Amino acid sequence: MVGKAAKLQAGQRLLAAFRDAGAVEVAPDILLDAGTLLDLYGEDIRARAYVTTDPVRGEVVLRPDFTVPVVQMQMRDGAEPARYCYLGEVFRKQDHGDTRPDHPRDNEYLQAGFEIFARDPEADAEIFALFHRLLLPYGLSAAMGDMDILLDAIRALPVSDARRGALLHHVWRPIRFSRLLARYSRPAAPRNLSQTDAPWTGLRTGPQMEARIALLETQPDETPLPAIWADRLTRLFAVDAPAPEAVTALRGLADEIPQIAEAVDRLATRLDQIASRGVDPATIRFAASHGRETMEYYDGMTFTFAADHPDWPPVASGGRYDALTAQLGQGRAIPAVGGIIRPGLIAELEATC
Amino acid sequence: MLKLGVPSKGRLMEDTFGWFADRGITLSRSGSDREYAGRVEGADLVLVLLSAGEIPRELAAGRIDLGVTGSDLVREKLAGWRSDVREIAPMGFGHADLVLAVPACWRDCETLDDFAAITRQFRSDHGFRLRIATKYHRLVRAFLSEAEVADYQLVDSQGATEGTVANLTAEAIADITSSGATLRANHLKVLPDALIHSSQATLFASLRADDAEVASFARRLNLPG
Repeated sequence: MVGKAAKLQAGQRLLAAFRDAGAVEVAPDILLDAGTLLDLYGEDIRARAYVTTDPVRGEVVLRPDFTVPVVQMQMRDGAEPARYCYLGEVFRKQDHGDTRPDHPRDNEYLQAGFEIFARDPEADAEIFALFHRLLLPYGLSAAMGDMDILLDAIRALPVSDARRGALLHHVWRPIRFSRLLARYSRPAAPRNLSQTDAPWTGLRTGPQMEARIALLETQPDETPLPAIWADRLTRLFAVDAPAPEAVTALRGLADEIPQIAEAVDRLATRLDQIASRGVDPATIRFAASHGRETMEYYDGMTFTFAADHPDWPPVASGGRYDALTAQLGQGRAIPAVGGIIRPGLIAELEATC
Repeated sequence: MLKLGVPSKGRLMEDTFGWFADRGITLSRSGSDREYAGRVEGADLVLVLLSAGEIPRELAAGRIDLGVTGSDLVREKLAGWRSDVREIAPMGFGHADLVLAVPACWRDCETLDDFAAITRQFRSDHGFRLRIATKYHRLVRAFLSEAEVADYQLVDSQGATEGTVANLTAEAIADITSSGATLRANHLKVLPDALIHSSQATLFASLRADDAEVASFARRLNLPG
């Protein structure tokens, strides 16, 4: 077991490296207002974060991650471009279902992070290469994904806007997504909703229900999605190979789905930029579905660095989250990419080296 | 000597006493109706009478060795319940289903898939997540997470949960029902494919209890130990 002092030291070394890479250190609050986080993450956050009540501020939460407070700070009073770094604890409940594991994960642990807010086409490569360089001594496996490619492929589907919207919304929920895709691929049966004389109750209004029923009634008239499209998406989502091979596979798919060609080009450019920063792209595993398993706010590149310990979380993770800055920006938006390293796991790896 | 915790009042206590009586063990309250101590004839047991809601915690802590309570309460109150207790026998009474119920006037809501679509529509119409009133936070959250329903929030309701929809403090509820009469009276309907947990009174053993003693007691009841 590595003590907290050693973990903090590992974190301070990472923080110093982030400062050397041009980042300004920031220190967000530990106690955050719960409203924004609850709206953003939904019920998941109550299962995972410590929510409590303050008599004056109302519901507050012990910082479950740094991204939201750093973005809020940037959108409130940050100049751009900006590079920030931070080091501090985050707090997560670990509720494991029916049986508790022998080695439960920590409820509080350190994160050292680096975030770039800039309209800079090389920012993705900069952050990936920086993390790669700092983590090189630990023999981790690097994996990358790109939500941009998946989202563009879904936008390309020949379906109604309502169906496209539902698929885009549920791309992070694989079972629901597959069921929707299967349903849209066959003719919809008329629903024959039964009438009811139950009195109206609740906040949802009659017109809101009628709007949904009107939409349901158009479904049997909609042309089913040709089977080739579910097949294309399945093959796209399954791409998982060393990055250069993955790019070749994606270019093949772009012949069938031309709407992803631009995003694939951006990925290829990013890999070139990463290579010119001294990282061999063949050592990066590119998995098209990587981003579907990460936070819902990532909408471009996603990445993780994992150790060879099956029950560990990734040692580092991050990605691009442009849409989140617009959501929290009250009318403003700025491209943003960032990531965190867990100094506690770095210290564990150093202790066993 | 094993210590058995039994719900301290009402139908659940009477049915528990009856279940043990059928197996040759007479449980009774000692002294007056108001005293929470018990008497046992026919087995080497200490009987304690407790609130059904406290029995899971007492079992987990090992302060009682055996306990009778609803399988829903054990799952809701003990995170990782299989690491604390094991089921000795379902007892065949105290049946109640934890269900998801929505306004009966929602004729476009017949399945959990409809519900998922409505939560998404509600969030875009109203600017906040559809609220589900419940006291079974962990069970409901685990069920909806498994079903990949995302655009909702839970609001706590410790009683009169069926009234929250009419009071506009929730849009749907997740609660225990046996006959459904209260749901109907409040103009709610159950979603048939959203049975969250089917509960019944169950005899549990604490994993902290002496294995041999529990096994021999189970044999005494003609149950697999």
